[in-house]
Amino acid sequence: MTILKVTGLTKRFGTTDVLRGIDLEVARGERIAILGASGSGKSTLLRCLNFMERPGGGTIALDGQVLGREGKSGERTYRENELIQVRQRVGMVFQQFNLFPHMTAIGNVMEGLRTVRGMPKPEAEARARKELARVGLAEKAETYPAHLSGGQKQRVAIARALAMDPEMLLFDEPTSALDPELVGEVLAVILALAEEGRTMMLVTHELGFAYHVATRIIFLADGAIHEQGSPDEVLKNPKKERTRAFLASHKQFSF
Amino acid sequence: MAYQWDFAPVLANAPFLAEGLANTLKITGTALVCGVVLGLALALLRLSPRCFLSWPAGFVIEVFRTTPPLVQLFWFFFALPILVGIEMTPFVAGAVTFSIQSASFFAEVFRAGIQSIERGQWDGARAIGMRHDQALRRIILPQAVKRMIPAFMERAIELMKTTTLIATISYADLLFAANEISQKTFRPLETYTVVALIYFVVIFLASQVARLVELRLARSGESTVH
Repeated sequence: MTILKVTGLTKRFGTTDVLRGIDLEVARGERIAILGASGSGKSTLLRCLNFMERPGGGTIALDGQVLGREGKSGERTYRENELIQVRQRVGMVFQQFNLFPHMTAIGNVMEGLRTVRGMPKPEAEARARKELARVGLAEKAETYPAHLSGGQKQRVAIARALAMDPEMLLFDEPTSALDPELVGEVLAVILALAEEGRTMMLVTHELGFAYHVATRIIFLADGAIHEQGSPDEVLKNPKKERTRAFLASHKQFSF
Repeated sequence: MAYQWDFAPVLANAPFLAEGLANTLKITGTALVCGVVLGLALALLRLSPRCFLSWPAGFVIEVFRTTPPLVQLFWFFFALPILVGIEMTPFVAGAVTFSIQSASFFAEVFRAGIQSIERGQWDGARAIGMRHDQALRRIILPQAVKRMIPAFMERAIELMKTTTLIATISYADLLFAANEISQKTFRPLETYTVVALIYFVVIFLASQVARLVELRLARSGESTVH
């Protein structure tokens, strides 16, 4: 069953076409890893899916419902209320965590429940504790982000996204800002979510992790889907030359 | 030449000075509260992507930042009544002038503070479904205000000193009281020394309190971002 359907998605920044017509259908329970060189449009694609960036052209449908409406000039317009609903259903985790530094870990996780959902404090707090426990940070509830390690911050950020009960999760290079020894704890949390059968899309440079966790790999080049398929197909037997070159450069120093 | 200091005649007028100080605090407090509220409104309007909101706000800010406060005060007190036929008491004219004047500076403090918060904070807020105003109120402003305190304090001190201009339209503030006492006692040196001292003590104490608040805020949780 399709949860997300993207048709002809384009995006340009200034005179640069970052996305040149992406067609993509995501089924419930799918886990898609998006690979590609820097500047290939990976992050922009992800950010368009929950409207952190406004798509330039094309349509995005969530649960069969095409979002926005056709404006006079042919451009789609989106109402803020509609986008707010979408963002609650499609959670996002960022490379730089983007935790709120003036709130404790549990404050960060509760914030959406309290402010957006209007949930009473005791209820929101209980829920937030549950989410922190899930990412293994129950004992850090009262700690401010400044006193957490990068890996712990990213786990709080994941808990913050989970608290909103998203139907789908977007991870934008969730381990790229971490020291190597902290990558594992974040990947373990993402893997646990994968095993629950959650729908997720993940932009990453961790090829090994992508191979293990993803049900589909998409290789992006020049703002378009260059090659896609199962992890075995794309990572072990890539058909296209550019995919092969990309994988070779990433495995250059493996042993 | 040995000047014979004699503070007695000035100190005999202490109740008059106290009343002047009370009035100075009244006009400063009024203008501070109105100025901060109006300044925040002007800043938010100026940051709006809609030019029919941002341009008028920018116009008001620039006009009041680039004209002398004394000219503004005279304009509101002497000129505006001719235009619209409303007489203003010196207090009201002063309150209006200093509120808008300080608001135009506070607006720039707010704007700089809001713009100093990194984009990721907006992203984090929007990603959990916050509206623009919720993100501003819950995430952006609480962080921006911390960074704004030093600049804010600077403007508040400037405001208190600017309010001395209101003596020129016969509002009985501290400076006005000083003028009166100086003429009555023929002791300008002692009078203005005492008045300068009073301003120093009030403003110095206020800035110490602000510094404490700043430290307290910096210690609560974090002082660095990320």
